[in-house]
Amino acid sequence: MAQAFGAQLSALRGRRRTRWRDLSPMRKREARFGLLFITPWIIGVLLFALFPFIASFVLSFTKYNIVAPPRWVGLEHYVHIFTDDPLFLKSLRNTAVYVGGSVVIRIVLGFALALLLNTKVRFLGLWRTLFYLPSVVPIVALSVIWLYVLNARAGLLNSLLYAIGLPRIRWFADPDYAMIAFLIMSTTWVGVTMVIFLAGLQGIPEEYYDAAKIDGANIFQRLRRVTIPLMTPTIYLNVLINIIGAFQVFTQIFIMTGGAPRDATRTYVLHLFDHAFQYLPPQMGYSSALAWILFIIIFIFTAAIVATSQRWVFYQGGEES
Amino acid sequence: MAAATPRQSLLHSDAFVLLSRFVGRALLYLLLIVMSLWFLAPLFWMIMSSFMPLDQVGVFPVQWIPRVWQPENYTDALKFWNFGTTFRNTMFVTIVSLIGDIGSCTVVAYGFARFRFPFRDALFLILLATLMLPFAVRLIPVYAAYDAIGWIDTFYPLIVPNFFGNAFYIFICRQFFLGIPQDLLDAAKIDGASEVRIFTQVMIPLAKPAIVVIAILSFQNSWNDFLGPLIYLKDPDLHTLAIGLYKFTSLPGQGGIYNQQMAASTLMVLPVLIVFFLFQKQFIQGANISGLKG
Repeated sequence: MAQAFGAQLSALRGRRRTRWRDLSPMRKREARFGLLFITPWIIGVLLFALFPFIASFVLSFTKYNIVAPPRWVGLEHYVHIFTDDPLFLKSLRNTAVYVGGSVVIRIVLGFALALLLNTKVRFLGLWRTLFYLPSVVPIVALSVIWLYVLNARAGLLNSLLYAIGLPRIRWFADPDYAMIAFLIMSTTWVGVTMVIFLAGLQGIPEEYYDAAKIDGANIFQRLRRVTIPLMTPTIYLNVLINIIGAFQVFTQIFIMTGGAPRDATRTYVLHLFDHAFQYLPPQMGYSSALAWILFIIIFIFTAAIVATSQRWVFYQGGEES
Repeated sequence: MAAATPRQSLLHSDAFVLLSRFVGRALLYLLLIVMSLWFLAPLFWMIMSSFMPLDQVGVFPVQWIPRVWQPENYTDALKFWNFGTTFRNTMFVTIVSLIGDIGSCTVVAYGFARFRFPFRDALFLILLATLMLPFAVRLIPVYAAYDAIGWIDTFYPLIVPNFFGNAFYIFICRQFFLGIPQDLLDAAKIDGASEVRIFTQVMIPLAKPAIVVIAILSFQNSWNDFLGPLIYLKDPDLHTLAIGLYKFTSLPGQGGIYNQQMAASTLMVLPVLIVFFLFQKQFIQGANISGLKG
């Protein structure tokens, strides 16, 4: 997708703009049909993307509680967020921990599992299905299950720790461990990343490995010099998808802890959600300001990754179709 | 080659190579089994504990097989949770959304894939860019707008947007349409078929594989959705399974009834697992398409 985005961008650059009045009658007819077919999406993007995008920006400068019309307050919310909202920084820090931890877990574990499955393993389809299975389970059900997996007294994870001789951990009572608990839970979705990596690995031509073998490269050299460079487009894509997703982590935290203990698991979107939908009166303007700050943070991260990608993402044969 | 030292010849002897390959393979499968256990243990425990007596659920270290099988957990759970209503609501939202997604996304994708018009590539770039817009930015204005037109406590907020195209599904479908040979369309055009007929009678049947992938993703999306029903549906008669399960497990006094909670979870998960096992290939394809070059 990221490549598609880049390709689309470069296709745009090289093109002369076609003007409507220069089109022949037949091309006009074609253009009319094309626009007719995409009309639903045009309406959709105006209503469900452009309008809320602009409206939330405007609302972020107002006090708005849904019942009464918004009242302009200028930069008040932004000033408050940066100077007088300790939970803003705290939730940002918690989110950073989740983003960092879960992205590393998913990329490293997903890549490792894909490598294991790419060794002409038997029953490939079965393993892939088993690893992918938890990802399809509805997140509400996963949250209910994992509340018990992480139960302090008799949970599955503490039973495992006990079995290997380690002490039990009070996952959700201890602020030092609560976020780690969510990172452990995030392994549930490693299957999605793994499946994407596996498809990438299967696309690497066998000849490259044969050539490397003839040159006397051992398995680690082949991994470093052949597999990883050729996989950088897929790694790039997975990093992007997972970062954007991880910044917005919400549901499992809302259900399982609601931010407890002592706000140790209060993530950014949970903080934003509480202002808009939990507190009375609702602080929709404040929440919009928080949303826009999140948007800018995600945008900066995405832009930085895209901008540096030319340096470390390697496209086979230089083509990025 | 002939001048190999004894040490090298031992390393390269057939027996050593075979042995190390065997050990390597054994380790590989052991690792795969351990990882499968990690991924599946929570789900396995969900099903097992849903049949356990309550006191067995709390035993430490954890027990895996019910001492006595207690299917009453399910009937007891259903006493507090209106499963029938929530199931019907979820089915309704899921099916209507699915129809909307498939209808709108195939039409829009066809427009992007098969017609030339001014600003087409720029518009498609915008389409891809919307994929990166965080939901948190849209949440509040969209909620306020639905509130203003009286759509809170109706299914419309969960259904209507699906009739206006989903960027990711449009992307999937467009890629597929681009792969269909132009000759087929030209042949249909020569036969005098209209644009609409070409779309419905030539393209749609050919696009079945892509449509199945979209259907799967759409089903998963609606069935699992939590945030949407949470903010838009206050009336218990409109609750979906996700909200029903959430309310059931957070009822005061339900806190410790893990066996019933697991029974309720199993009921919600089961349909998804059935669909997953029937359409595994498409599920994996759906995940893969997002990783496609193109």
